[in-house]
Amino acid sequence: MLYREAGQFKTNYVADSAIFPLREDRIGLAVIILAAYALAFLGNSFVLQAVMIPFLVFSLAAIGLNILTGYTGLLSLGTGAFMGVGAYACYKLMTAFPGVNVIVWIFVSGFFSAAVGALFGLPSLRIKGFYLAVATLAAQFFLQWCFIRIPWLVNYNVSGALDAPLRTLFGIPIMGPNATPQTRYLLVLTIVILLTWLASNLVHGRIGRMWIAIRDMDLAAELMGIRPLQTKLLAFAVSSYYCGVAGALLVFLWYGGAEYDVFNINQSFFILFMVIIGGLGSLIGSFFGAALIFILPIVLGIVLPAALSPFGLSVGADVIEHLRFMIVGALIIFFLIVEPHGLARLWQIGKQKLLVWPFPY
Amino acid sequence: MSFRTMSLGLAAATMLAGTALPAFAQDSIYVPLFTYRTGPFAGSGTFIADGMHDYLEMLNQRDGGIGGVKLVLEECETGYDTKKGVECYEAVKGKNPVIVNPWSTGITLPLIPRASVDKIPILSMAYGLSASARGDIFPWVFNPPATYWDGLSMIIKFIGEKEGGLDKLKGKKIGFIHLDAAFGKEPIPLLQDLAKDIGFEVALYPVAAQDMQNQSSQWLSARRDRPDYMIMWGWGSMNGAAVKEAVRSGYPMDKFYSVWWPSEDDARSGGAGAKGFKELNWHAVGANFPALQDIQKHVIDKGLSKAAKDKVGEVLYNRGVYNSLLIAEGIAQAQKLTGKKAVTGEDVRRGMENIKLDAARLKELGLEGFTDQLVLSCNDHNGHRAAFMQEWDGSKWVKISNPIEPMTDRVKSQLDGAAKDYAEKNAGWPKRTETCDKAS
Repeated sequence: MLYREAGQFKTNYVADSAIFPLREDRIGLAVIILAAYALAFLGNSFVLQAVMIPFLVFSLAAIGLNILTGYTGLLSLGTGAFMGVGAYACYKLMTAFPGVNVIVWIFVSGFFSAAVGALFGLPSLRIKGFYLAVATLAAQFFLQWCFIRIPWLVNYNVSGALDAPLRTLFGIPIMGPNATPQTRYLLVLTIVILLTWLASNLVHGRIGRMWIAIRDMDLAAELMGIRPLQTKLLAFAVSSYYCGVAGALLVFLWYGGAEYDVFNINQSFFILFMVIIGGLGSLIGSFFGAALIFILPIVLGIVLPAALSPFGLSVGADVIEHLRFMIVGALIIFFLIVEPHGLARLWQIGKQKLLVWPFPY
Repeated sequence: MSFRTMSLGLAAATMLAGTALPAFAQDSIYVPLFTYRTGPFAGSGTFIADGMHDYLEMLNQRDGGIGGVKLVLEECETGYDTKKGVECYEAVKGKNPVIVNPWSTGITLPLIPRASVDKIPILSMAYGLSASARGDIFPWVFNPPATYWDGLSMIIKFIGEKEGGLDKLKGKKIGFIHLDAAFGKEPIPLLQDLAKDIGFEVALYPVAAQDMQNQSSQWLSARRDRPDYMIMWGWGSMNGAAVKEAVRSGYPMDKFYSVWWPSEDDARSGGAGAKGFKELNWHAVGANFPALQDIQKHVIDKGLSKAAKDKVGEVLYNRGVYNSLLIAEGIAQAQKLTGKKAVTGEDVRRGMENIKLDAARLKELGLEGFTDQLVLSCNDHNGHRAAFMQEWDGSKWVKISNPIEPMTDRVKSQLDGAAKDYAEKNAGWPKRTETCDKAS
């Protein structure tokens, strides 16, 4: 009823090829962004610190992996390590040049990750599919090994851990223990919106079409004049850039300090699951995937005890943990059976149904 | 249709989530317990969790809490995962916790800078950041009764005495098998310093967290290198696997030493061959203490605990009890200092600095002879207490030494260096502003 295409006329090509051709979509997006900013002032510190900041960080990492796996069709298991490169690079840069604002270093640290990602992406020209996954697994293990073995990366800290020093923006602390969840959330939100907007322009433009062509059939793409090596390496670099920035955000704006173990293989799988559940080749799917994999267990952790207590059942934290695993696991299987293309596809179907509601044809 | 049900469900879930946070009455003290009964470290974490919970629950059942104020206990499952640990911290932060016990070095590290901002003291009992023993630099962090550096120096001292003097270690080879994480790597600088000064050789055998249960390559190397002694810094399933592999590779078990974390189950996994395996400890094993009997009576027999009856008194269970003893003592001291009943995190921080567990106080608590005395102060948040060596006799731990004092002179320089280093690297690390209470 409210969501209707009728009456919206496009009078030029630019309007017709817009990412959000429907007025309702544009309004909806604006409302979501406004609500996200409003949440900074309405949500309590648990919601911001333990739910929203990690959700945004993981969404960003999932967008990164989606560019590689979803848009270019290259399977990677090195996401955790590429996030680590971003975090360690950011740490080295901001401790070596404390005079430069840390936000600059967060963005710059992604380039280090991009370079490393491109390097490990080199074999992608020759090997594909699961074999490439194994090659990126090598990146995961090698980089993780570096994080433990090279004390220079953590400025010879005895604890071998990264820690977030105090950094400010306009005199307000944005990093370190004194930074409130509110300021950190606003910062993360702004960075994620900015980079998502950039990614959206990338994947809908010439470069994105090249990636998709390579994904759908690399031989045909090559015959059409797309250079596979450059295109694949670019995908690796851009993907790693996003992961690197996400890694820097994870350590310095969420944890506030971390060990090398944060960037282990589990982290890579975690992000990969988000991408698969959310929807391969979809930006909004990255957000859905992050929400399902990360937020759902937290909600369950709060809802389950409350739901069970009226029945006189008081269950321990460990039982809740097991229940969380089982429910999230069952839901993942459920969603994959109902819609193998992920939550993004469900969203799309829902929107299409809404467009014709209440007169389906 | 499915969308409507889904969105309805989601809406209901969010509403429930909003109301689920229980409100706590003012006349109670909220003590969150970060535990892990799941995941690869559950083999160690479960005993600790039971010990911690049961002692505090016993105080609730027997005395109605501490100083007449009931303790509200809540477990938060971390799975030894930093991500979940930080989530737990955020979840409990709003409920005015008086102290947090992260029970993981990985979780402790990100919490250390937050402690002073959130006014929640951290008790990382004999783990975490060794440098946080310096109360003047880390007023909100407590890691009694000894640091890992203390522990390592005690093992070296014990070995040295067995050889007939530290200088006799010259030319020997000492193997160090450790979890490849901040925790396991912490003693290495001290070990290398000692190696240089005394003249022994060090062979490192790191075990990555993902290969904890498969240590054949490390023990194969150990068989080739033939170290005269092996020292282990492990946790979770690593300990049991190490004992098993050591037995299998024929390493002489009486030359195998560990820091204070292996449990009875870990030693048992080596079978009869594990006899002679030694570890440090600072508290008694067994349930032959009035307080532990009370746990049996008031908690276990009433079915309020998850622990099996025969696990009470095992080394890691008692470790959990010791941890809770410190929490309870911190709260009791805080009540004494402030005169308040329902104390806050800030009060308990002061209470912790005034902990004085001497023989008389331990007797009063029903734990006479359970552990050596412990005195904390504003500057010393650790105590650097002596520990003793215990040996596995095939079925239980047997105390085989007198208390071994740490090599304070060596440890202190490491500690001061590390603490200064930490404060310098964290530019803007706050100077201690918390005033110091006179010892009561």
